[in-house]
Amino acid sequence: MITLFDFLALSGALFAISVAGIFLNRKNVILLLMCIELMLLAANFNFIAFSRYLNDPAGQIFVFFILTVAAAESAIGLAILVVLFRNHQSINVEDIDSMKG
Amino acid sequence: MFTLPSLTQVIPEMFVLGMGCFILVIDAFISDRLRSISYWLSLASVAATAWLTVTVAQNAGLLTFDDMFVNDSMGNVLKLFTYLVVALTFLYSRSYLKDRSLFKGEFYVLGLFGMLGMMVMISAHNFITIYLGLELLSLSLYAMVALDRDSPVASEAAMKYFVLGAIASGTLLYGMSLLYGVTGTLDLTRLGMHIAESASINISVMLALGFIIVGLCFKLGAVPFHMWLPDVYEGASTPVTMYIGSAPKIAAFALFMRLLVAGLGGLHVEWHVILTVLAILSMGIGSIVAIVQTNLKRLLAYSTISHVGFVLLGILTGTTEGYRAAMFYVVTYVIMSTAAFGMIILLARKGFEADRLEDFKGLNDRSPWFAAMMLTVMFGMAGVPPFVGFFAKLYVLRAVIDIGMWWLALVAVIFALISAYYYLKVVKLMYFDRAPRDAKPIQADYDVRWVLSGNGLAILLLGIMPGPLMALCARVITF
Repeated sequence: MITLFDFLALSGALFAISVAGIFLNRKNVILLLMCIELMLLAANFNFIAFSRYLNDPAGQIFVFFILTVAAAESAIGLAILVVLFRNHQSINVEDIDSMKG
Repeated sequence: MFTLPSLTQVIPEMFVLGMGCFILVIDAFISDRLRSISYWLSLASVAATAWLTVTVAQNAGLLTFDDMFVNDSMGNVLKLFTYLVVALTFLYSRSYLKDRSLFKGEFYVLGLFGMLGMMVMISAHNFITIYLGLELLSLSLYAMVALDRDSPVASEAAMKYFVLGAIASGTLLYGMSLLYGVTGTLDLTRLGMHIAESASINISVMLALGFIIVGLCFKLGAVPFHMWLPDVYEGASTPVTMYIGSAPKIAAFALFMRLLVAGLGGLHVEWHVILTVLAILSMGIGSIVAIVQTNLKRLLAYSTISHVGFVLLGILTGTTEGYRAAMFYVVTYVIMSTAAFGMIILLARKGFEADRLEDFKGLNDRSPWFAAMMLTVMFGMAGVPPFVGFFAKLYVLRAVIDIGMWWLALVAVIFALISAYYYLKVVKLMYFDRAPRDAKPIQADYDVRWVLSGNGLAILLLGIMPGPLMALCARVITF
């Protein structure tokens, strides 16, 4: 029997992995985008688990909205990535540091 | 049984959405010579939206879309100020964008969609509407920062803004999901009732509160979640910086009021402590790091951070007086910051950005009138008496003292004094330094000159007569 706690533990683990991925990753911007998606999916997991547990469909409807927004968000993120690559010839996180102070 | 929600409450939002799509289509079919059509249409839409909001405000206090959307007087007043600032941004930026071949419909369409996002955020009464409004605003802003697509710093700023903004949204969302699990509702009023009823605070509510505050403070730019702010302000082109630095602060304030005060008001004892720490850090870092900046946009970014600290001071009091003071602070700060970026646009010309501090050297010899305007803005931000910033700080500090935290007020005053140093440094550069020999006369168009003069005089006028605006804030905030 899978309990609510198991779902929450999984989503917590996903969230932790995504945050760790964002802050530890020094190589590639695409990895950052993947971690951001993972973070949203962790929240989705929570919503679905709670929605099932509470017998309330509102959480699942919220998930549809989040999925749609996440698609739009990654589209914009990739578009910015293309612009970045054209200007810098690199998508290395360490190369994006021309502004300091 | 499906019944149509009352659509009359959301007429302004539907109008902005329709006009945004309309301008997007129109803009695709007109030649560059006629590009002004998009500009004038956008300005007209903002004006018409303001009129519609005033009309809708007649029956304020109603909920629609299954309580997802609230039409209340606080929201309507904040929306009207948002329109004002967005319209000012459009007015200021026309000639600047033209000079840099950025005068495209996209700027205005994204500006309108961003404004729609802010309107939805301000009127949100449910986690879903909060999230959708926030994302509509954020996605428009990411794209606006990257609008100057051949500029390496702009694309870098856009990437940083995107990544940190997306983390903020994800964190906020995670907090919302936990709250949904604990309370079983997405509605803010029912959430508030549930939180107030439950006697004990369990660990998951505290966790959710933490996530939500982190998400909100990321968006507002409070320390330690301020890393994106200086880079984005510096990297984005000045009109975009003006847009990011002004109207979204109003929407963020509304978000604080809806989520923390209306939704999580029962946890005031907990978030009071967190916000106190964040406010002190914001005022401290904002005041001290700004001293060493040589780029005016970066300096204004740190000044924003310190002003955000003051807004948090008003909110953390948890009293009606404090919320009113915070609203007064946000509105007046936004007007001042628009004028500050307007000065940079005024001094800039084709192939020259006036965003370094030394560009302001000897401005008084070149143009006494605009030096006086910049003086007004800087004194206003520093909080020198006859200007509006003084009363904004005074109201916030009074609210803080009223709840017995006089030490916090003392800390705030000390940081305000430190930050006065760099505002006065700009004034010193303008009045007591010599202009560089190759300084050219100001070439700005007449619309920028008039708007900036009006904006500067508004700061002075609000400072001499803060009563009406304060009375307005007092009337609309009744939490």
